[in-house]
Amino acid sequence: MRRLATAAKVVVLGAWLLVTLFPLYWIVVTSLKPQSEIFSLPLRYWPGEVTFEHYEELFSFADFGTYLANSLVVSLVAAAVVTVIGVLGGYTLARFSFPGRGAVMLAYLVTQMIPLFIALAPLYLLMSDLGLLNRLAGLMLVYVAMLVPFATIIMRGFYERVPVALEEAAQVDGASRLGAMVRVVIPVMLPGIAATFIFAFVQCWNELFLAITFIDSEDAKTIPVAMNSFITQYDIDWGSMAAATVVSVVPTLVLFAAIRRYIVEGLTAGAVKG
Amino acid sequence: MSPPRVFTARRAAFVGLCLLPGAVFVAVFTYYPVIRGAVIAFQRYNLFDLTSTPFVGLENFRAVLGEDRFWTALRNTGTWVVVSLFFQFFLGFGLALLLRRHFRGRGLYQAWVFFPWAMSGFLIGLLWRWMFNGQFGVINDLLLKAGVIDERVGFLATPGWAMTSVIVANIWYGVTFFAIMIMAALQSVPKELYEAAAVDGAARLRQFWHVTLPHIRPTLALIVLLRIIWILNFPDLIYAMTGGGPAGGTDIITTFLIQQVAGGDYGRAGAVGLLVLGLLLSFSVFYLNATRFERSR
Repeated sequence: MRRLATAAKVVVLGAWLLVTLFPLYWIVVTSLKPQSEIFSLPLRYWPGEVTFEHYEELFSFADFGTYLANSLVVSLVAAAVVTVIGVLGGYTLARFSFPGRGAVMLAYLVTQMIPLFIALAPLYLLMSDLGLLNRLAGLMLVYVAMLVPFATIIMRGFYERVPVALEEAAQVDGASRLGAMVRVVIPVMLPGIAATFIFAFVQCWNELFLAITFIDSEDAKTIPVAMNSFITQYDIDWGSMAAATVVSVVPTLVLFAAIRRYIVEGLTAGAVKG
Repeated sequence: MSPPRVFTARRAAFVGLCLLPGAVFVAVFTYYPVIRGAVIAFQRYNLFDLTSTPFVGLENFRAVLGEDRFWTALRNTGTWVVVSLFFQFFLGFGLALLLRRHFRGRGLYQAWVFFPWAMSGFLIGLLWRWMFNGQFGVINDLLLKAGVIDERVGFLATPGWAMTSVIVANIWYGVTFFAIMIMAALQSVPKELYEAAAVDGAARLRQFWHVTLPHIRPTLALIVLLRIIWILNFPDLIYAMTGGGPAGGTDIITTFLIQQVAGGDYGRAGAVGLLVLGLLLSFSVFYLNATRFERSR
């Protein structure tokens, strides 16, 4: 009876793994098939001939190198700024009680509930007034704002797990509050800080709707914007699309694998979508 | 230890300096646009004719509420949320229960099964759009082989099928969320509770029903609320798979909103935005009250 239960469990878990992984497998296989094979029947579940032509196309015809660089710059800068802001803001929210503390927390939490799309049109107007349409800098500013509440809330949670005594000991030894924070607390929190940075990076890397609203010039497109212009064409070139998907997903897969044990925190602070 | 109570000028300066940068960003790029959007909702405000933007009272709301597509989108939102949530919840719960006890390779299994997490809704949508393709889609091929269908179906171009397809993709994407969150909730149940129940000889199922479930119920309620809000706010998948088509058949309230923005009629977009916000708020209040009532019983 017990063995039967174990066997059933293995079958169910195996089936779910298959269901989860198949779409990923399929997009990889599609990206490796020659054009003629993608659009021919019967479907082949393994490429008859493996080719990298779609990847080459991406970087030669479509200017994917530029998009990749844009995505990288925007995500790196925005994530770095957001992490610094989160490290500072989270600290004050965790360690001080001051008038307005509750109001700040509430103001940040509320942003996690309201749909971004409500602000889309007025943000477009604001960007246009500031002359930041089609500029990577504009995208960075908006991404920082979008991620500040999450970064602050999640960092606050991490600080609360560090015993206050640790800091007090350092302060007794003559370090200033800032000194204690930089030399004692932050080293303990490095993994959490790294996780926050990665969450923020992946959010920026994946962001679509703000980017397609503010950006339409070729030299400022990020990867999602570029992929969006692929699908608005009448005939989608699924080979290139599959290759683009693989290229843009690999970095996030690696980064997420690195911070898997922080996923629950990320979910609770509203960072991870899905 | 509680935070220090004395609040000196130096402390105030430190706190201010630390919080200010973030607060400014949020005020300028989140709250200001949201408020401006609320004001625009009462103006005639078309991106292609900004020469005059007079206040027009409730005209935008009347226009939106008079549109059939809005009501279709609202109905679809209900279907989209309820059906997706139902399957995500129960499949996720099942997965969490299966992964609850440690077994060899569990860590590796989790790493693989949680991978959709790293992908954006947009990319997930593209993936499924390709798999649901009416001619060369692998889902058609598999269903044909299994004898479920006799000829290829244009899933994303056929009204009823399109909704089913986007919901299937959404379920696939969201099961992981529930699995992760419910696993975390299950781990929060104190072990002593189980030992006490085991002494009583309670059967596994009864133990689950009488010990585990009551203990995690408040957490579950919160997870479900977050999830509902989240699915409502999640047009990415539909946007990538069907763009709301065919003929508005898969439009939900947020894809509808995005179309209004893209169309340049910011007055109407503002009105839809406020309606969405009102819907979310009233739903949250209602839901929180309902679950609180249950807890206090």
